[in-house]
Amino acid sequence: MKSDIFKIDKKILKSRLIVGTGKYKNLIETAKAIKSSGADMVTVAVRRVNISDKKKPLLMDYVSPKKISYLPNTAGCFNSIEALRTLRLAREIGGWKMVKLEILGDKKTLYPDMIETIKTTKVLVKEGFKVLVYCTDDPLHAKKLEDMGASAIMPLAAPIGSGLGIHNKLNISLIIKQSKVPVIIDAGIGTASDATIAMEMGCDGVLINSAIALAKNPVQMAEAFKYAVISGRKSFLSGRMKKSNFANASSPEKDLIS
Amino acid sequence: MAKIQINGKKVVLKQNFSVQDVLKKYKLNGKKVAIELNGKIIPQNKYNKKKLKNNDKIEIVQFIGGG
Repeated sequence: MKSDIFKIDKKILKSRLIVGTGKYKNLIETAKAIKSSGADMVTVAVRRVNISDKKKPLLMDYVSPKKISYLPNTAGCFNSIEALRTLRLAREIGGWKMVKLEILGDKKTLYPDMIETIKTTKVLVKEGFKVLVYCTDDPLHAKKLEDMGASAIMPLAAPIGSGLGIHNKLNISLIIKQSKVPVIIDAGIGTASDATIAMEMGCDGVLINSAIALAKNPVQMAEAFKYAVISGRKSFLSGRMKKSNFANASSPEKDLIS
Repeated sequence: MAKIQINGKKVVLKQNFSVQDVLKKYKLNGKKVAIELNGKIIPQNKYNKKKLKNNDKIEIVQFIGGG
C-alpha cells in the first residue's frame, strides 16, 4: 500500500486527529485523553499567568511540548490586533511558528470574521508564521486564504462547541476539491461518526475539543475518535462502491436449486 | 520603589527590579512564558537588563488548555 502521509507545511503528523486541550475537568484528564486519542498535535490558548497562585499547575507539566506539538490559537480574539498580539507572544514563548488563527465575529455564534481573518493571515504569513486558519465553509473565502499562503484551511462543520456535525457537506466537498493545502474540519463535530464522515468525504484531518472533553467518558471518547478518523481515512482511500436505487444480490443467481 | 501593573494587578516592587527579578518573585524563571512590557515583547536575553519603573505595565502569558 502507498504510504499515506499527513503533512502540514513541512510538518509530518502521525495522526490526522488534532485535539484541543480546553474544557477538561483537570490537567490529568487532559493528558490521559490526549494519550488515548493518539494525536501528536494539540491546540493551546495563550492567557495571563495567575500571579496570585504560584502553585497553579501548568499545562506543560502534564502535556510535554517535546512529545506533542503545541498549536497556539487565538481563541477569544475578535480582531486582527488582538490576534497578532496573541500569536507574536505565542511565538516568543517557545519559538512556535505553526499557529491556529481564529478571529471571531459574533459572541453568540462564534462565527469567524472572514474580513479580519483574511487580512491577518496575510500579515502572519509575511512574518513567517505557518498559519492554520479557522474559517467559514465558504469556498471563495477558503480559496482566498490559500492564495494568501495559509498552511491549512480549517472550515467549521457547525458553530464551535455546538456538536451538530457537518451542516453543509456540499460546501465542504467544494473546499476539499479546490484546495492544494490540507483541509481540516474545525469546530462543530459532535461524535465519532461525524469525524468518520468528514474523513470519508476526503478531509485531511479533523480538530476536536468539546466532543471529547464534554463526553461522559472523555478518555474513552478520545479513543473512539482515534479509530473514527483512521476508519474514515481508510474508507476514503479505498474508494466506496457505487450507489444504486435497486438491489444487487450478493450471492450468485446461477445454479440455484430448483 | 516602583508601582507597576502585572497582568492587570497593581504591584509594588523594589527599586531597580528587572524583568528577570519579577519572574523569580513569581517562581516563573525557567518556565515557558512570554513577556510584554508596555505593549512591547521583551526577548528572553533582555530579561536581566530590562529594569522596571513607575507605571510600567507587564503582561506575563503562558499556554493553557484551549480548543
